Amino acid sequence: MKIDFNVILPYLPWLLRGTYVTLQIAGMAAIGGSVLGLLFGFSSRRKDFFGIVVRAIVDFFRGTPLVFQLMFFHLGLPQITGWVPTIMTSAGIVFTLNSASYLSEVLRAGIESIDKGQSEAAIALGVRKLDIAIHIIIPQAIRNVLPAIMNEFITLVKETSVVSMIGASDLMRRQSIISGTTFHFFEPLLVVGITYYVLVKVLSLAGRVIERKLRYD
Amino acid sequence: MIKLENVKKEFQGVTVLQNIDVTFENGKTYAIIGSSGAGKSTLLRCINYLEKPTQGKVWHDDVELTQNQDKLPLIREKCGMVFQSFNLFAHMRAVDNVAFALKKVKKMNNADAMAIAVEQLTKVGLAHRLQNYPHQLSGGEKQRVAIARALAMDPQVMLFDEPTSALDPEMTQEVLRVMKGLNHTGMTIIIVTHEIKFAKEVADEIVYMDKSEIIEQTDTKTFFETPQSARAKEFLANMI
Repeated sequence: MKIDFNVILPYLPWLLRGTYVTLQIAGMAAIGGSVLGLLFGFSSRRKDFFGIVVRAIVDFFRGTPLVFQLMFFHLGLPQITGWVPTIMTSAGIVFTLNSASYLSEVLRAGIESIDKGQSEAAIALGVRKLDIAIHIIIPQAIRNVLPAIMNEFITLVKETSVVSMIGASDLMRRQSIISGTTFHFFEPLLVVGITYYVLVKVLSLAGRVIERKLRYD
Repeated sequence: MIKLENVKKEFQGVTVLQNIDVTFENGKTYAIIGSSGAGKSTLLRCINYLEKPTQGKVWHDDVELTQNQDKLPLIREKCGMVFQSFNLFAHMRAVDNVAFALKKVKKMNNADAMAIAVEQLTKVGLAHRLQNYPHQLSGGEKQRVAIARALAMDPQVMLFDEPTSALDPEMTQEVLRVMKGLNHTGMTIIIVTHEIKFAKEVADEIVYMDKSEIIEQTDTKTFFETPQSARAKEFLANMI
């Protein structure tokens, strides 16, 4: 079949609007995953019940494929709970917990890279633990592992493509619908590929800018 | 007044402090000396509860810390501490290092905190270093920032944990000069140090420790001229 972009032209705006779904899921997971990831990162070494729960969550989400987690949560669990979440709810929750699990390990490395002496100095000054975490440890920890965090975000943007498995109309899903109607694969796929590439490029450039901003020398 | 009563500290079954009974009176300067591993730093860290004693009591005036841990922030606010490794906040400029706790603990607004920070840094001779990050400072300058940071909180007690052990002789002098300026200004000063000459010069009393215990506590003159215990005599003989 000849390459003909005119065939998919009418579908193009609809296809590109799939980017919105992709970004929505990635955005939710990036923000939720960072916050939860920090919480997990701070507590995964704890010996109490909370520590055990955190380690179990991290273990599960790193130990099983993302597609499985998504399908299990969206299709499997409702059979027991009777609660049928919307596609975006399922995607939001699973991607958030999945990102949090990976980010927690990265952030833990960052947290542990900060010399304990700084916390001790702050404790000795009477600073509260929460203020120490927010103002002393987290800024330095994030700076130390920023490249690894950006890697996670980049992976996240691309991994969102598996939401088409539970029926979310993201970029990949829209491509397959267009291909199904027009029998053209190359053109919509090319558009989808370029779109992902641009998203990731913007993200990694943003990472560079943040990295420069966080430098203190 | 600070008083440790029958304090014992173990780390995973290893005893690092035992039978510690000591009183530090207000306004006096104390030097805790002794060979490495004697438990000097641990004793100091028990005072502001950076280390929790395994047993015994820690009194700050009429507050007993092991029973009143809710009072800890208050006690720590009035006890400034300076560490061997400086422990400056690496991502903050010198002036922000000093202003941070003023804002977070004393709830000062930015302008007031900055004014005090500048004042304190000027006092330790660092008016030209306000905007520098810790890694741009020399060891002596870092330690002086750390001292300014502790003094900014207007403490009644200053705890120095081997403040010059990580410094070369020249920088040691600039830090000791600053410390000397604090002597007998009303603060209680407790210094863990290996600078015996300095201890002799500034301390009112010497606490000599060996093998997890306090061996001798006397006024400085007596300690250096007529040490009582054999171990203190030996320690002093090795020093000279």
